[in-house]
Amino acid sequence: MGFLPFVFPFAELEVGQQLYWQIGNFRIHGQVFMTSWLLIGALLALVVIGTKKMERDPRGVQNLLEFLWDYIRDLARTQIGEKVYRDWMPFIGTLFLFIFVSNWGGALVPWKLIKLPSGELGAPTADINTTVALALLVSLSYFYAGLSNKGLRYFEYYVHPTPIMLPFKIVEDFTKPLSLSFRLFGNILADELVVAVLVFLVPLVLPVPVMFLGLFTSAIQALIFATLAAYYIGEAVEEHH
Amino acid sequence: MPTLFLFGASEGGLFDFDATLPLMAVQVVLLTFILNALFFKPVGRVVEEREDYVNTSRSEAKKKIAEVELLEAELKDQLKEARLAAQKVILEAEVDSDNLYKEALALANADANASREKARREIDSQRDDALNQLKSEADNLGNLIVERLLAKK
Repeated sequence: MGFLPFVFPFAELEVGQQLYWQIGNFRIHGQVFMTSWLLIGALLALVVIGTKKMERDPRGVQNLLEFLWDYIRDLARTQIGEKVYRDWMPFIGTLFLFIFVSNWGGALVPWKLIKLPSGELGAPTADINTTVALALLVSLSYFYAGLSNKGLRYFEYYVHPTPIMLPFKIVEDFTKPLSLSFRLFGNILADELVVAVLVFLVPLVLPVPVMFLGLFTSAIQALIFATLAAYYIGEAVEEHH
Repeated sequence: MPTLFLFGASEGGLFDFDATLPLMAVQVVLLTFILNALFFKPVGRVVEEREDYVNTSRSEAKKKIAEVELLEAELKDQLKEARLAAQKVILEAEVDSDNLYKEALALANADANASREKARREIDSQRDDALNQLKSEADNLGNLIVERLLAKK
């Protein structure tokens, strides 16, 4: 219990407390990995069930998976372009699915029922390490996409359309991962905090609409992150004329 | 000291970077490969196969429709020709029957005319005969009367 005076069983606010696991010289946040493994496990289970017996006339979970696949393909294709979207679709899709599952899992699963010695379980995306990791992966991938597609001509992008753009484009390389990671982190953490504070103040009814709003935000944030990642990759592989 | 606790405390805090970051990155990359193998590739294959199937079926159906339309047009042409031929046959038959009728009529007329002529001629000749006979009889009678008158004198 951090700094708030009264203690309710489901309305504790613990911000910035971590469950540390020591691995060699390194420390990691245990609660983040516990939830992420559970959620990834659920996602993989869904995928395995849905792809076990695929038919031309889809049934059951296959419908859901095909809908997701189609959605991700459209997203990747519109942002990256017809030529190379296939190479990046798994990455964009994984970002979308992982963030979506993390956000919704954090909001829907009653993690508070599980007591930890320190810290609390929650959305893995409410931890800055996760979002920065994802954002850095996006940075690496758009650099890789640009360099592998256009070679050194990728750097023409920095002086396009005029060399005046050079400093701005360089700054952009830093602001892109920064904004990506902080947008996701801030939204999810804020959502969890708002719900927690409301539950703490008014434990009945009132938090429910905010929770729904949180679900909406969670889905939107997953979409925004995936769309922006795809857009950055698309920008890097785009041919200037 | 909440602010200190939130930001930049050595133990915990919101912005507590540690080995979670690279490990999470590795985990997401691994997840990308796993999902690619388990989800994106197989589902993509199924969806694209279906799209191919739908496209080929559609183009085949279009081809068949075109064939049917061609056949329909051909049949229509044939029907038209048949109708025209039938009309021609009917017309010919009408003309034929007309001709036959006219011929028969002409023949009958000619026959009638001929028999009428013949009858007329017969009547004429009979009348002439009768007239001649009457004439000769009248002559004879006249002669007789004259002779008798002459003899009385």
